[in-house]
Amino acid sequence: MTELAAPATGAALHRVAVTVNGRPREADVEARLLLVHFIRQTLGLTGTHVGCDTTSCGACTVLVDGLPVKSCTMLAVQAGGAELTTVEGLAEGGALHPVQQAFHEEHGLQCGFCTPGMMLTSVALLADNPSPSDEEIRWALSGQICRCTGYQNIVKAVQHAAQAMREA
Amino acid sequence: MYPPRFDYLAPTSLEEVVAALGERDGDAKLMAGGQSLIPLLKLRITSPSAIVDLARVPGLDGLEEHDGGLRIGALVRHRDAERSELCRGRFGLFGSAARQVADPLVRNRGTICGSLAHADPQGDWGSVLLAARGEVTAHGPSGTRTIPADELLAGPFTTTLAADEVIAAVRVPDPGPRAGGAYLKLERKVGDFATAAVAVQVSLENGHVGQVGIGLTGVGPQNLRATAAEDAFRGSEAGDDAIKAAARLAAEAAEPQSDNRGTAEYKRNVIRVFTERGLHAAVAAAKGEEGSR
Repeated sequence: MTELAAPATGAALHRVAVTVNGRPREADVEARLLLVHFIRQTLGLTGTHVGCDTTSCGACTVLVDGLPVKSCTMLAVQAGGAELTTVEGLAEGGALHPVQQAFHEEHGLQCGFCTPGMMLTSVALLADNPSPSDEEIRWALSGQICRCTGYQNIVKAVQHAAQAMREA
Repeated sequence: MYPPRFDYLAPTSLEEVVAALGERDGDAKLMAGGQSLIPLLKLRITSPSAIVDLARVPGLDGLEEHDGGLRIGALVRHRDAERSELCRGRFGLFGSAARQVADPLVRNRGTICGSLAHADPQGDWGSVLLAARGEVTAHGPSGTRTIPADELLAGPFTTTLAADEVIAAVRVPDPGPRAGGAYLKLERKVGDFATAAVAVQVSLENGHVGQVGIGLTGVGPQNLRATAAEDAFRGSEAGDDAIKAAARLAAEAAEPQSDNRGTAEYKRNVIRVFTERGLHAAVAAAKGEEGSR
């Protein structure tokens, strides 16, 4: 636990109540606590990664009320009342989400650091557009950086997932 | 990176927002989506004693037609404009610009009014507002006032808003039935600041150019209006020569500086080319031609 998970003496605290991966969670936090630190440190969900920490890379992407956002660029207090989905919320009952399965099968990752964010944005894209073109996939993922794959297999994985979800 | 400590206020009415700003006497910052403010806090470029969050104020998220024009509330996000049916056709400039702001994830949080209040000279919405002759509705302690786009921006990251005023909405006048616009932006990669960009809005009346607005991004201390280019183009038949002449004048109005995104000469050339393309697109849209947006 860092000093921010345990607020400094005298700092004003704000109650933040959210639903995370379907479960209600709440905590008293400093207003300056970033959503990504709330998720990683206060809630202990470390699948959400901190990459650039400057709103560039999208490794910290989570879904807030179904929309992908960069959790390093949002305060925990702004998320009060929201429904959050992190990568830990994708698999159900031990079965991988079709997007996770597709990233596995199409080798849509190498080091895996950007993968949670890539998958969450893909989940949101496919909820909105079940049959995206390659260009629409690249457009949706354009706020996120992968330094390994050259994006080819990520796009393939999203297409694979789209097909699997259409046929399900 | 952690933001510095601040008091967090989340009022539930614009009156309370204005009161909270007044109590802090210029040391509070307003936050809508936070996509400009939070990075500044993390980099410790700003350290306000308080942040006043607009998000809990009801009724600020409307994007609607109003008196034949547009009304865009303080909490309307770039994403909303990107996907709105209203931001096409006559108001295609707004949809076109919205698609090019930052990246898709930032667009899910950031707001049009917040971007205007931030007044980044490389921000997109300032040029759009200049080209569309829009205005902002500002709430303050003595009521509401209207600030035309030309009077809103005062320099880099500086507006004419008082410290205890809040932008409640943007209003865009009715451009008439035969109108179109476009936003053309050059960026090194998605999410980078604009190297240069041009906002164009054109209305046709009896086959001639009636209203025309040209706003320039990233080539001056603030978003600039290419007034001489507008004056030259207005009243013309919107032919190729008139478009070329207006584009040259727009390039002359630019005040670019050389930096790692390009030389001043290069950026001036981008302004010329983008103005030319933008006017062609806007005129085609105003005529309702195929392929325009």
